[in-house]
Amino acid sequence: MPMDSVSASITELPPAAPHHHVAPEGFIRKYVFSLDHKVIGKQYLGLGLIAVCTGMFLSWVMRYHLAFPDKPVPLIGLIAPTFAAGGVITPEFYLQLMTMHGTIMVFFVLTTAPFAGFGNFVLPIQVGAEDMAFPRFNMMSFWVTFVAFVVLVAAFFVPDGPPLSGWTAYAPLSAVGKSAGPGQGLGQSLWVVSIGLFCIGQLLGSLNFIATTLDLRAKGMTLARLPYSTWAWFITSMIGLIAFSVLLPACVLLLLDRVAGTSFFIPAGLVVSDALQPHSGGSPLLWQHLFWFFGHPEVYIAIVPGFGIVSTILPAVCRKPHLGPRVLIACQLAIAGLSYMVWGHHMFLSGMSPMSATLFSVPTLVITIPAAIITLLWLGTIYGSKLRLTTAALFCLGFVSVFVTGGLSGFFLSQPSIDTYLHGTYFVVGHFHFVMGVAAMFGIFAGTYFWFPKMFGRMMNETLGKWHFALTFLGVYATFMPMHWLGLEGNVRRYSSFPSDYMHGSIALHRFITFAALFLGAAQLIFLANLLWSRLRGPVAPDNPWEATSLEWSTTSPPPFDNFGGAHPVVYRGPDEYGVSGARGDYIMQTDPPAETASGPV
Amino acid sequence: MRMKLVASVAVCALTTMALAPNAHRNAGGTVAGKVTFTGTPPKMKPIDMAKEPSCAKEHATPVMNESVVTGAGSTLGDVVVYISAGAPSGAAPASPAVFDQKGCQYLPHVLAMQAGQKLEVKNDDQTSHNIHPLSKVNPEWNKSQPPGAPPIEVAYDKPEFIPVKCNVHPWMHGYFAVLNTSHSAVTGSDGSFSLAGLPPGKYTVTAWQERFGTQSQEVTITGNETAKLDFVLKATEY
Amino acid sequence: MGKLFAAAVVVIALVSAGVFVAHVWWLPPDISALGLRIDRQLDETMIFTGVLFVAAQIALAVFVWQSSGREGAIRIFPGGPMPLVGVATVIVGLEVLTLIFVGTRVWAKIFLAPVEANAVHIDVQAGQFAFYFRYPGPDGKFGVPHPDLIDEGNSNFFGLDPKNDTSARDDIVSASLVVPVDRPVLLTMHSKDVGHSLYIPQLRLQQDFVPGLVIPVHFTATGITRTEIVCTQLCGLGHYNMRAYFEVLSKDAYEKWLVDQAGQ
Repeated sequence: MPMDSVSASITELPPAAPHHHVAPEGFIRKYVFSLDHKVIGKQYLGLGLIAVCTGMFLSWVMRYHLAFPDKPVPLIGLIAPTFAAGGVITPEFYLQLMTMHGTIMVFFVLTTAPFAGFGNFVLPIQVGAEDMAFPRFNMMSFWVTFVAFVVLVAAFFVPDGPPLSGWTAYAPLSAVGKSAGPGQGLGQSLWVVSIGLFCIGQLLGSLNFIATTLDLRAKGMTLARLPYSTWAWFITSMIGLIAFSVLLPACVLLLLDRVAGTSFFIPAGLVVSDALQPHSGGSPLLWQHLFWFFGHPEVYIAIVPGFGIVSTILPAVCRKPHLGPRVLIACQLAIAGLSYMVWGHHMFLSGMSPMSATLFSVPTLVITIPAAIITLLWLGTIYGSKLRLTTAALFCLGFVSVFVTGGLSGFFLSQPSIDTYLHGTYFVVGHFHFVMGVAAMFGIFAGTYFWFPKMFGRMMNETLGKWHFALTFLGVYATFMPMHWLGLEGNVRRYSSFPSDYMHGSIALHRFITFAALFLGAAQLIFLANLLWSRLRGPVAPDNPWEATSLEWSTTSPPPFDNFGGAHPVVYRGPDEYGVSGARGDYIMQTDPPAETASGPV
Repeated sequence: MRMKLVASVAVCALTTMALAPNAHRNAGGTVAGKVTFTGTPPKMKPIDMAKEPSCAKEHATPVMNESVVTGAGSTLGDVVVYISAGAPSGAAPASPAVFDQKGCQYLPHVLAMQAGQKLEVKNDDQTSHNIHPLSKVNPEWNKSQPPGAPPIEVAYDKPEFIPVKCNVHPWMHGYFAVLNTSHSAVTGSDGSFSLAGLPPGKYTVTAWQERFGTQSQEVTITGNETAKLDFVLKATEY
Repeated sequence: MGKLFAAAVVVIALVSAGVFVAHVWWLPPDISALGLRIDRQLDETMIFTGVLFVAAQIALAVFVWQSSGREGAIRIFPGGPMPLVGVATVIVGLEVLTLIFVGTRVWAKIFLAPVEANAVHIDVQAGQFAFYFRYPGPDGKFGVPHPDLIDEGNSNFFGLDPKNDTSARDDIVSASLVVPVDRPVLLTMHSKDVGHSLYIPQLRLQQDFVPGLVIPVHFTATGITRTEIVCTQLCGLGHYNMRAYFEVLSKDAYEKWLVDQAGQ
């Protein structure tokens, strides 16, 4: 294996050899345009935090309006006087909020935080590298993503506001321009540009993750010894590399349709607001295929890092090796592979041939098998363990619970015949919020409580953390479980209100969901307070507060600029040496040489 | 030409002094007459409002399309008659032009206003409308107005005949006639119009109908007389 | 703490499952010939996922209850990972196979089965933000739609050309979908502008309109009813208000309705 020679050549360097980049002094190079993967990781997490607060705020306005369609929403009239004068939510403003909520959450929270954020901070340390393989690409990746976010949010400040075509931006609604509705002019163009930029940022990030994992591992860090989180980020970057490289050209084509008069997604003979469109020959289904070819793997880009985080934290808090490590990795690889064969299940109702629908339905159902195995492995790991219920542990357990719940509702939607009834309803909203939104968020929370001491050198407050978990867990079920019931009733999603008699009866359930969502949102204030308090006043963290085994816990909290203070870690074992009698107690770190241990396989 | 300029300056001065913007309408000549048509106009169809029960129940009998409104004696309604040339220039009236949505119809179907005049759009229905004026010269806009929402207030800067539609209720079609002058009238179904308050001078009067196009005639006003002017538009099937 | 978590998980699981079992919120009664098959498929999936849901949540609760704060040696799961892999593959796999097999048959019945010859053919056009339904009239032939002739202000929603196209003259255009009971209905669905979808929960029918395509669906309504059709594909600001009424009439009432419409 060529890896050995690379590792050998690294260890042959004299300890004082200059690194490929040196610690910068100035504020700008240190904290703004930093090449340090740890700073970039924190920048991504900071962006994710800003984005999630924005996205959550938008959802409160939507929820309030759904529960009380006739009442003006408090305060919003002051914040957005042009769109919601007097707090009255117009149907287009509701859709604009919804589009921005979805786009911000899926792209700028669920992709940036668990993948780019934690991955950037943790992955190079976990493989024993000083930095990412391409630090400048890494910096570019963040700043391109940041610009993408600014461009997206700028849509709130243009005359017609943000687009209203949803996070999926189906053509031709997204392609024909201004006449299709407010926000479909400049707002939609900003959206397309933003998502295109975002793709570039994530492609750079994915390349970096792959190169770093393959080329910069410390001596002894074989692929089999990689911690599960690194495996997950590695797999995620392979998914992302393919997914984003399809979405990027799709965005370019959509932009051309909008500004250059092409007709990739617009067929002939469309009459929008009395105007015959000067287009012909395009296919709206092409956009759907390109989008969902990205869109479904995107679900796994959001959730697979969560798998890795849970699988890394569970053994540490259970004080027990992970059950079936190779099966775990194999299942994640299977999921990654299958994730490219299922996109059509988003399009069962698009006039797809029943033959194709069946072909897409089969892998969609089959993908539940590796997902079920992973869940059982987690349960098997918890079984007979010595569970330490830290906040991070609680969020991992919560992850398992919501992942099961969200995953099972997928069984309904993966069958074309049942999807025929449920496709456009709140059932789908409940499903993806559980499996993609909440599960990924629980992964982010678990990762935050777990790695915060390493990132900032201070411990987070566990009491606040446990309250945060308890209220969040209850709030999540109260908010998203009833959406399945709404869906069964036939309650349609993406409606700003329910005029006349249609679905008027379910307003009580909508009100309950709104109260639960506001409760859930309020619970997140505890988290924000904890972050702030712990960052400033938290007790100083030891190097290895959780008695964990992977490389990041063998260096200081926070790690020095080059991660290991000029040393080059050597790895002797996998990350799963828990429940063994070692020199330190019931665990052996990956860097502990065999001589120091009383027992345990090498 | 010079006469006209002097006259208009005089009128403006008079107006300013009187502090009553429309005072000049009381004095001066009047152009009045009727708009009729020849030929066979298209038969208007009833509108199926089943989609919007709250509007459907406001109408005892089906509402007809309004792109051609006729009266007894081949008179033509909803025709904008206005001074297209020679009109004394003046500031836009201070009172807004009001466009109401009631029973999923536009009241009036054609609304004339002067460029710069405030336009007020009201919703008197129990349902949301979106007002989508399909302007080409002026900036296009498209806004929803939920029931009970405050009136939308805008103004158009440039003269243009702007089709207005409601995408939520596709049958709702109307027109904003944004003109350079406040000297305009929209005929009722009896086809009659009257443009008053014209100082002496030579004018071009134009009649515009959304289907049948425009027709212009010249008229000279010398004093306080009423000049009679009739328009006969040629009806076309589509 | 562990016990509290375990109890919370069990309570949440049982309450959630209970609401499903008690059908507190459930599908409206089915009025289509094939809806019962979909309902049966849904019930089967519900039972299968319900059992897995409760079982997994309870297993999580029990394991957490047992192992939180536990002392002594750790216990490896009996038999290691492979039995779990086997169980998951067999149980989920078998169910998956069943669902695919049954589901495909249901789907095929709805979409692959040919339309009966006596079907009522109705042409449906979706546009921002209304549905319009077209019946061929006495001649049994639809006029050819011309997008450039669409004139909504004059109720020419389909862009018909009655002047030059004789088959267009007697076409009946309605804002409501009116069908006779117990007779197959064929809808040919097309969109005037952007993507839309036609959803009739009572018929268990939902189908997208894709601009540029004409998509056929067929159904047979088995109960006399009046309900709403709603759009479920995001189409713009009026999406929430894009609806129409769906009326199933007796044979006689339907014939009378057709005559009344033609008279207008």
